[in-house]
Amino acid sequence: MTIMQIIFLITASVTLFAALMVVSTRKMMHAAMWLILVLFGVTITFALLETRFFAIVQLVIYIGAIAILIIFAVMLTRRSMNADVPQVNRNWWLVMVSSLALFVGLVTVMSVWEGFFVTARTAPPGGENLVQLGTALVDPNGFVLPFEVASLVLLAAMVGAIYVAAERKEK
Amino acid sequence: MIPLSWFLTFSAALFCIGLFGVLARKNAVAILMGLELMLNAVNINLLAFWCYLYGKDLSALVFVAIVFVAAAAETAVGLALIISAYRARNTAVADELNLLKG
Repeated sequence: MTIMQIIFLITASVTLFAALMVVSTRKMMHAAMWLILVLFGVTITFALLETRFFAIVQLVIYIGAIAILIIFAVMLTRRSMNADVPQVNRNWWLVMVSSLALFVGLVTVMSVWEGFFVTARTAPPGGENLVQLGTALVDPNGFVLPFEVASLVLLAAMVGAIYVAAERKEK
Repeated sequence: MIPLSWFLTFSAALFCIGLFGVLARKNAVAILMGLELMLNAVNINLLAFWCYLYGKDLSALVFVAIVFVAAAAETAVGLALIISAYRARNTAVADELNLLKG
């Protein structure tokens, strides 16, 4: 049991507990707070996978932007739901059984694959090569097309979000 | 060293919890939170495979960056739709948003 394994086990158990709280707690605001804990645990997991850049990106984009957006939405739609009634629908036990079955199935399928138990890493030990990644993103022989399509998608989504959520003053 | 199986099991568990949240919760904002959990599990999976099997390949990292972009776009549009529906119907419960239902 190395120190890395202990850090991973603590992170994973805290993250999974927080994720369970996200889907089971009755108050929306508490669920948003637990979601931030989950995102932080995922950040630590990224750091354990030697991707410093994506750990920082996770921290900035998910916790800094997406979690804040969700908290705004929770506050804006606050009176829509009474927190005393159950927050799950009638068939929640069916969903729970199928989710558990999916988990067991996934782990069973993966455990017969011989690559499942590898411990040797092929990633460069100092984290990903950011210069290479940045060059590949704008290289015509690399990933310039997916990169530009992704930026267009983001732009269109932002414009669409503003248009949909804006209050209409006329009429 | 941590085996690859730990990361994959962890992300499978996170994905299934997120799936439960998406399918079982009533509140639309809570459904979006479950979606975020699922996208995070996918990212952990991609980065784990990158780290253990394809360390010299950049495709995994580009894929993770695009998942980030998709998650940001999905959250922005989803929350805008929920707020707009809340303004029109005064509810954010997915069961009660049944205007198109006959």
